[in-house]
Amino acid sequence: MDKFTVHTGTAVPLRRSNVDTDQIIPAVYLKRVTKTGFADGLFNAWRADPDFVLNNPAYSGASVLIAGPEFGTGSSREHAVWALRDWGFRAVISPRFGDIFRGNALKDGLLPVELEQPAVEALWDAVEADPTLAVTVDLEAREVRAGANVWAFPLDDFSRWRLLEGLDDISLTLRHEAAVTAFEERRPQWKPAVI
Amino acid sequence: MLGEAPRTLSEKVWDAHVVRSAEGEPDLLYIDLHLLHEVTSPQAFDGLRMAGRQVRRPDLTLATEDHNTPTDNLITIADPISRTQIETLRKNCAEFGVRLHSLGHAQQGIVHVIGPQLGVTQPGMTIVCGDSHTATHGAFGSIAFGIGTSEVEHVLATQTLPQHKPKTMAVNVTGELPAGVTAKDLILALIAKLGTGGGRGHIVEYRGPAIEKLSMEGRMTISNMSIEWGAKAGLIAPDETTFAYLKGREYAPKGDDWDRAVEYWRSLRTDEGATFDTEVTIDASSITPFVTWGTNPGQGVPLDAVVPDPESFEADVERTAARKALEYMDLKPGTALRDIGVDVVFLGSCTNGRIEDLRAAAEVLRGRKVADGVRMMVVPGSAAVRAAAEEEGLHEVFTAAGAEWRFAGCSMCLGMNPDTLKPGQRSASTSNRNFEGRQGRGGRTHLVSPPVAAATAITGRLAAPADLS
Repeated sequence: MDKFTVHTGTAVPLRRSNVDTDQIIPAVYLKRVTKTGFADGLFNAWRADPDFVLNNPAYSGASVLIAGPEFGTGSSREHAVWALRDWGFRAVISPRFGDIFRGNALKDGLLPVELEQPAVEALWDAVEADPTLAVTVDLEAREVRAGANVWAFPLDDFSRWRLLEGLDDISLTLRHEAAVTAFEERRPQWKPAVI
Repeated sequence: MLGEAPRTLSEKVWDAHVVRSAEGEPDLLYIDLHLLHEVTSPQAFDGLRMAGRQVRRPDLTLATEDHNTPTDNLITIADPISRTQIETLRKNCAEFGVRLHSLGHAQQGIVHVIGPQLGVTQPGMTIVCGDSHTATHGAFGSIAFGIGTSEVEHVLATQTLPQHKPKTMAVNVTGELPAGVTAKDLILALIAKLGTGGGRGHIVEYRGPAIEKLSMEGRMTISNMSIEWGAKAGLIAPDETTFAYLKGREYAPKGDDWDRAVEYWRSLRTDEGATFDTEVTIDASSITPFVTWGTNPGQGVPLDAVVPDPESFEADVERTAARKALEYMDLKPGTALRDIGVDVVFLGSCTNGRIEDLRAAAEVLRGRKVADGVRMMVVPGSAAVRAAAEEEGLHEVFTAAGAEWRFAGCSMCLGMNPDTLKPGQRSASTSNRNFEGRQGRGGRTHLVSPPVAAATAITGRLAAPADLS
């Protein structure tokens, strides 16, 4: 996984709540068997509208997405995270995330940043007033900085450490393989097996 | 060892699966059953190959084909990209020794329908799948939740998953559901009450007399939609209904093992005096047939109501969401739900594609006709559900009414296979999501129960069976 320490970039204001993963990437784009090449599917239906914010050249090259609450609800498709990464995003700021999306993002080096609604609204206003405003997402300090403003965001120590180090979960778990084997020896033998 | 403190059902199941626990780290949970399908697994198998890893427990892994499969035949997958994805699953399962129920197999079907029907979904298990509706299996008293593809790879490689322990929530459903009101109406009403983020960070236990009275099919409908209000998982305590459903199924324990298993399953009920981090109560007796008007499952009202005025919502963010939803749905505030005409009725999905759902709809359709200009698709949740329905003659009821009797799959629930709405078409759908474009780009979805779906097909407008003379 890519490391995430401190990222500074411009930001896109997405003034919508309940941005579900079907909006982030519609199911027709999920037929591919690769992990890359999903940028063309990102917000595909909304991008058909010339007024959609991602079509605004002022926000081209932005790497931080600022959205309303319940971002990434719905389907478990990790393709939503891959599509955001492929487009160039490194962080999404929202008051609340869907659980599965949040977990997926943490696995793929896309930082889900939870800020309260007033902070999100302040950021929306700021980046609409000045699309070139630099927004810094600092995982070391667990804070977002933009202009003169600083907002702290929560993230558990373990997830933060994994991202800072760019660690892969499977390798971490395999360090405890003996414990897994010991657990398997204790499992009731009547539990179902399909082979 | 754990002390004598009273525990909830989900705490007992969680504790029984902790492989390793360390301060400041997520618990490492053992996974009893890993279900796979073609959409969210190919990149996980690629990951295994790149790292030179094997599937640790093929015997605890079961794959099926459901999302991309056609429902008009069992042989030809016309879309070459869909076909490649299915073929990739077949190759992966052959290479890694995973059991696969392919298109045409007697036990093929939607992943969340086949687990329970095989009896491989049992109480007290941990069950995961790269699909958010994995919560369905919680109806048996298992911790079941959807995962992403990175986690699919993790489970394939290790049969475990690191997980932070969620908070616990009790949903107390008091009273009894009135006649003609289904589990689907109950869960839609609950989501409308609590919102799409209401369950976030919690494992939920649905409890109370109205839940205990539900069949396993009804319970699965409830647990299935846990994710739609943000819950990690939604459990229902195993009881005699659960045991009766499981007994004799292919993978259910047999003989002495059955007795041992039932004894253990009985011990899983939430202890007297156990506390939940959060409790909510909903009165089942006040619920009437419920439908959605908007573009998230929380935007629902009783069928008797009218389309709400966005300005009536308190929070700015909800007002904006309602305005956008009505624009997308092409609806005006104040319109009676019963005045909304539909083009398509979809009966099926992991929410309402089981035999009891088909029976409920057939009962309404028997001797009646689908309205002119309305297309009704009946898509069994699995090949076995299809066979059972044909055994009972339900298919004849559907076809005599003018509905399409199709093969098993996810079908029009998600707009990934040939079964989709055309832009501007409106559906009454027994599925689980009314998101923009969910059933096909530009399609407009109203979520409903199977009896409401059937009555709507007959009148051509959103309707309940009681509206039919």
